Amino acid sequence: MASVDIRSVTKRFGSVQVLHGVDVDIDDGEFVVLVGPSGCGKSTLLRMIAGLENITSGEIRIGPRVVNNVAPKERDIAMVFQNYALYPHMTVYDNMAFSLMLAGAPKDRIQQEVNRAAGILGLGQFLGRYPRQLSGGQRQRVAMGRAIVRNPQVFLFDEPLSNLDAKLRVQMRAEIKDLHQRLKVTTVYVTHDQIEAMTMADKIVAMSDGNVEQIGSPLDLYDHPTNLFVASFIGSPAMNLLKGEISGDQFRTEGGAMLPLPKSMGSGPAVYGIRPEYIHLSPDKGIEARVHLVEPMGSETQVSVRVGETPLVCTFRERVNAKPGEAIRIMPDRALAHVFDAEKGNRISIN
Amino acid sequence: MALTTATAIDQVAVRTRRPNALARLFDNKLFLIFVCLTPAVGLLAVFLSYPLGLGIWLAFTDTTIGRRGVWIGLENFEYLLSDPLWWNAVFYSVLYTGVATIGKFALGFWLALLLNQHLPFKSMLRAIVLLPWIVPTVLSAIAFWWIYDPQFSIISYLLVDVLGWRETNIDFLGNPWSARFSLIAANIWRGIPFVAISLLAGLQTISPSLYEAAMLDGATPWQRFRHITLPMMMPILAIVMTFSIIFTFSDFQLVYAITRGGPVNSTHLLATLAFQRGIASGELAEGAAIAVSMIPFLVFATLFSYFGLGRRKWQQGSDNE
Repeated sequence: MASVDIRSVTKRFGSVQVLHGVDVDIDDGEFVVLVGPSGCGKSTLLRMIAGLENITSGEIRIGPRVVNNVAPKERDIAMVFQNYALYPHMTVYDNMAFSLMLAGAPKDRIQQEVNRAAGILGLGQFLGRYPRQLSGGQRQRVAMGRAIVRNPQVFLFDEPLSNLDAKLRVQMRAEIKDLHQRLKVTTVYVTHDQIEAMTMADKIVAMSDGNVEQIGSPLDLYDHPTNLFVASFIGSPAMNLLKGEISGDQFRTEGGAMLPLPKSMGSGPAVYGIRPEYIHLSPDKGIEARVHLVEPMGSETQVSVRVGETPLVCTFRERVNAKPGEAIRIMPDRALAHVFDAEKGNRISIN
Repeated sequence: MALTTATAIDQVAVRTRRPNALARLFDNKLFLIFVCLTPAVGLLAVFLSYPLGLGIWLAFTDTTIGRRGVWIGLENFEYLLSDPLWWNAVFYSVLYTGVATIGKFALGFWLALLLNQHLPFKSMLRAIVLLPWIVPTVLSAIAFWWIYDPQFSIISYLLVDVLGWRETNIDFLGNPWSARFSLIAANIWRGIPFVAISLLAGLQTISPSLYEAAMLDGATPWQRFRHITLPMMMPILAIVMTFSIIFTFSDFQLVYAITRGGPVNSTHLLATLAFQRGIASGELAEGAAIAVSMIPFLVFATLFSYFGLGRRKWQQGSDNE
């Protein structure tokens, strides 16, 4: 196992710069998720760690070794691809044995390693099958088995769950996390799904447009997003972000609603952020809001409302019987509201 | 009241049913199959089955030009078996097909692998590669005729006058063995584009991530070719090879335009021999018999490449996607 250090790494494809100086420290045994919308450079960064893309400038270390000019196979890493990249003409056994066979390992050791991996992943009965004859989840497991067999220093996952259906995705998510807890191998996992990032990561690296926006634990990013991008990207349903002006301890939205601030902050334009679940029903002293849409989910109820002309999404633990057009009274939890700089989008520290 | 409504509905039903008779006929699957297939079957029968049938029938008669033949059974084939020229043509057809196929596939596959790389002017290079195939065969045959000319050959010119490696011109088409291999070389030149472009299409269906996965698994370029490219290409290789063998074995134009089977009948393929016997000498039945004698070879070659290289176990079963 090894740490991975990424130092001011940039990447250029011709005249297009896709990574603008990225710094990430990944500790030994850590599960790090690179998350961001498509095109943010997260997959490129992963492929640079793997050695499938050149590093334009900067430095990547795996353990103590700088790997900028080290061939992929020498890096002691294993990668799981989005489309699994299983060799279709080989059985599950041969797929998993391939790297050891190329390395010239003795037959009995290959067998022992493949059986170990198959045991971990519950693939024992499928060893003689071809990838075509497997379901999506089974193929996914074979791809992981191929990685496990090699006993690598680092596991790399490139959006491994995006080809699976929703139910299987949740199941495999748990399996991958469980696998990491058992094997304790440093893992770098790329996804565009913030729920995957939140549920799996020890540390999230949120990226957009080739920049790292924030690095931190999942709840850190959730509770203290450094800027508007992270605030809007992490969390589902997304944080309400409203443009407007600060005036004392109130915030006046462009739609005209007055929302409470944690403390008096002078005046000036800003963006107000409040997560849907931090807006509560408050029949006595709440702000009047017109119900627009009610989406009951059983455990909670998601209600879209308009305060004046300002749209807000609220999630209530209580069951709400309001119908569209009716009025309810709501109150944001002022202690949990965020204020962001209107121009740069950075969070203005309140506490 | 209820009764009248029911009758009204009946009448509506009857009224809507009657014009449907023709429409219903066209909805009938059997009828549709029959209607749609008739033109194709007709064309095939007239332009494919009839000439083929006539050719096979002629092979069992003693027809010559100007004389309607009678059925003589296998006599033509018995004669061919004792004819050294026929054996000669069989030998050269097999040699021609074998060597030319190996040459075309070795060079064509190599070219396809090159063209599959990221090269500058990639599409232009691909277009250029197709050129030998686009040029009419007779035209390229004439070009090769000049290249192989005993006096004006450019190869002899290069070797004798420019490089000074030889004292005399090479007589490419003047003696049997050099003529045989000269024709094979010309056939390879002509056949490479078909093989290269078909195999290139196959190469492009192989997912790049397989190569990346193999690279991470530690495969060298040769191992990637051996363990990924080659097995993945087997199905398409089988198809392309089947076609190539058929085209090469039944080749006529190139040989007939360059050597006409000479010198001393050493470069006759079965097709050129059949033409010479059947049309040039007027022995229609014997020519037909020679042509028919190609069929077993072609069937065998096709079966071999189809079953030898064809559908593999890993391609079978359903896609679970």
